[in-house]
Amino acid sequence: MKALVVERNVPRFAAARLASAFGSGRGAGIGPLRLLDATPPPVPGEGWHHLRPLLSGICGSDLATLDGRSSRSFEDLVSFPFVPGHEVVGVLDDGGTDRAGRVLAPGTRVVIEPVLGCAPRHITPPCAACGSGHTGLCANVAFGRLAPGLQTGFCADTGGGWSTAGLVAHASQIHPVPPSFTDEDAVMVEPTACAVHAALAGQVAPGDVVAVIGAGALGLLTVSALDHLVRPATRCTVVVGARHPHQRRTAEQLGADMVVDPDHLARAVRRSVGSLVLGGRLTGGADVVFDCVGSAESLSQALALVRPHGRVVMVGMPAKVDVDLAPLWQREVTLVGAYAYGIEQSAAPDGAERRTFDLALELVEQAGLGRLVSATYPLDRYEEALAHAGAAGRRGAVRVAFDLRHPKGRTR
Amino acid sequence: MSPRPGFVLEVDRSTPPTLFWHGERFRLERLPEGSRVIYAPEPLEPLADPSAAIREALDSPLGGQAPLRTLLRPGMRLTIAFDDVSLPLPPMERPDIRQLVIEEVLDLAADAGVDDVELIVALALHRRMTEPELRHALGDRIYDAFAPNGLLSQHDAEDPDALVHLGCTDQGEEVEINRRAAESDLLVYVNINLVTMDGGHKSVATGLASYRSLRHHHNPETMRHSRSFMDQHRSELHSSNWRMGKLIAESGVNVFQIETTLNNDTFPSPFGFLQKREWEWGVRDRLGFLAASKVLDRTPAGTARQVFHRVRAPHRMTSVQAGEVEAVHARTTENVWRQQGVTVEGQTDILTMGLPYISPYNVNSILNPILVACLGLGYLFNLYRGRPLVREGGVLIMSHPTAWEFDPVHHPSYIDFFEEVLSQSTDPTVVAERFEASFATDPWYIHLYRTGHAYHGVHPFYMWYWCAHALDHLGAVIVVGGDPAAVHRLGFRAASTLTDALEMATDVVGRDPSLTHLHTPPLLMADVQ
Repeated sequence: MKALVVERNVPRFAAARLASAFGSGRGAGIGPLRLLDATPPPVPGEGWHHLRPLLSGICGSDLATLDGRSSRSFEDLVSFPFVPGHEVVGVLDDGGTDRAGRVLAPGTRVVIEPVLGCAPRHITPPCAACGSGHTGLCANVAFGRLAPGLQTGFCADTGGGWSTAGLVAHASQIHPVPPSFTDEDAVMVEPTACAVHAALAGQVAPGDVVAVIGAGALGLLTVSALDHLVRPATRCTVVVGARHPHQRRTAEQLGADMVVDPDHLARAVRRSVGSLVLGGRLTGGADVVFDCVGSAESLSQALALVRPHGRVVMVGMPAKVDVDLAPLWQREVTLVGAYAYGIEQSAAPDGAERRTFDLALELVEQAGLGRLVSATYPLDRYEEALAHAGAAGRRGAVRVAFDLRHPKGRTR
Repeated sequence: MSPRPGFVLEVDRSTPPTLFWHGERFRLERLPEGSRVIYAPEPLEPLADPSAAIREALDSPLGGQAPLRTLLRPGMRLTIAFDDVSLPLPPMERPDIRQLVIEEVLDLAADAGVDDVELIVALALHRRMTEPELRHALGDRIYDAFAPNGLLSQHDAEDPDALVHLGCTDQGEEVEINRRAAESDLLVYVNINLVTMDGGHKSVATGLASYRSLRHHHNPETMRHSRSFMDQHRSELHSSNWRMGKLIAESGVNVFQIETTLNNDTFPSPFGFLQKREWEWGVRDRLGFLAASKVLDRTPAGTARQVFHRVRAPHRMTSVQAGEVEAVHARTTENVWRQQGVTVEGQTDILTMGLPYISPYNVNSILNPILVACLGLGYLFNLYRGRPLVREGGVLIMSHPTAWEFDPVHHPSYIDFFEEVLSQSTDPTVVAERFEASFATDPWYIHLYRTGHAYHGVHPFYMWYWCAHALDHLGAVIVVGGDPAAVHRLGFRAASTLTDALEMATDVVGRDPSLTHLHTPPLLMADVQ
């Protein structure tokens, strides 16, 4: 059995960072990631179960980590060596239980909610965030029974999805997959949950004009979440900036009202809101902007697109950026982060609370989001896989994943 | 020797390749045997003394109008409106015809002691002219006498204080025009009638109107019922303008119309080969063509564009008419026909044309894809009287690079129209119903139109409506050498070569189709029998 393992190796991180200048994921061969023989990680305690991965996605945060570009603020929130892969669909070969306490038979397909909050860490009483269901904001991600780690896939004790040796998951992390789901559908549940959380964090109001910057997987999933969970109650207009033809087509299919080249996004927003322009900046702007890229350029663009008193939601994982915040200050813009998932206030009239993952499971099925899995690779071709994921837009892909079902050969 | 009339050549084995305009380039294409090539008449002899002819026209007006000098008196308000930068094409060598006419009118006004004189550029919804363009059109003397004193203005169709609503026609068309022009004791309108569409009541009813008024005839329905809009008597565009013109007259607006025609001496001597029929090219023409082609092929498109936009046409005036609007326009139309008319027997399955770098709406700017469509399907397709040159269900093949490129200063709303509107629909009716109002009332476009040099927000819609008749009539439109993405956005097909385009056309018109090439510019009007 094999696993891709990230080790704390500063020279290799530095080499990966240099190589990433030629393209994200290009430094896989010289970076901190290595394919090693592996054994299943031991179960950390009661309520934990072994999981055999079927598919495991390659996320932008994985690439940022492997490229040595992720923020140093995460340094204390991971533990080495770790096996990446937090977007996972797998099988409970020995059965187990889910977060609702239901017993799951051996062979049950599940997805995991990878946040390692108070429950997996066996911390009682839970922190305020976990106590209210907002596990993504757990205050104890470096404490308790487990080594530090924000999520499965960044923690030395849990293993991760990029492994044929499997990983361990706590019952509180486990969601059974409906039989109608393909494995591709299932592996999209975790990123979809991020998008659902972001879309709802936008607090879109009736009639709002919403701009989405970036049409990678997270941007496209945000469009879908807006279409299904926000638009019915708000009739909002969704304008998307998408660089590549397949992204434009997909964004339209997923419910965007207007899809334009990113360079044209300001024009499209201006048209939608009827704003004037002053010094290259809109005098009005979009009510809500979702930055699904997380770069200095995208954040600057978001601040140029949003109206006074508008809201910018950071969906893509940022790092250290150099951005002129004067417009944010002068126009009293609200900048909010949207990380992971937890509990969401439903847009339904009763305002009922729902788990983000439950909403994501529904959305994946309704919108058929498994189609966004464009290519899969076996573990031993990880360099190709990461290079493909790093250039997904240019190469006509949305989500690239490791296929642990067929260890030999690329399957898609 | 008198100039030769227009000519329809039948291509045979000995016919040399035919010149096609291709934006800022040229193509030589060998047309299939049996094809027809329509050549414009040679340039008419110009008036020997244009200023004398203008004075004569002002003193002997048509249609029962009194001589201009008798209409002028001290204390009156006199307004002189004139055509904007969209005419003539290319801009003519100095002195511009507008300068010659307005100088004569101003001399009469000065003799009569008229002090209150203002000049207005009849822009309609076109972009404002720049100072160099105004100086070129009017001459430095007029510009310096009027502009610094605020007596030279550009019609502002979005200034409510500068507009007056005169009423509605019997068809319910609102007539709202420039207040200064309407409230003057005399409005002199100075036209350059490059094609038969120009002039008549359209001068005031369109050139000095607001969007509220223009929308009644600048719409898909009107354009579909204008067959063609170059033929006043079969043009709903003209019928609407004529109704408005009559209402303007009934409202007490006293219009003294001056219309002028030009010969089709369109390009200066370095481009003399463009004026000639290919089999008559001499050594100098061949060398000129070779030199121009080689240089242009090695010149970046932007630079080539700048070179071409510096071209000043050696157009010369062939006639001037003054007086009552309809009488003047009837005579003018005859004179345009005299220069441009070519009799053509029967229609064709395929019509080919090479599109040049310029149209009325991109002087000193880029012929963007929407203007490419308008030039081909709007203007050149409609250069007919009787029936279209191409049969219903036939194919139009145009040659132009059709780059996905726009001038953000002149054509800001075009950029959004191309991205936002044509990506959703190319049907003029759908486009009008779904999108026109939001573009026409967009405050940013209005701001740019009023204060910058931008066409009005609704203008790209009008360009698309201009194509409505052709879009209804044609079975397919193929663009040779165009950017495929831009061509597809227009709803057309892209071909790399004329041979490919002809092969593609057989899908629509069958094997062994008839083919006619419209060899223009210089401009011509086909009288299709």
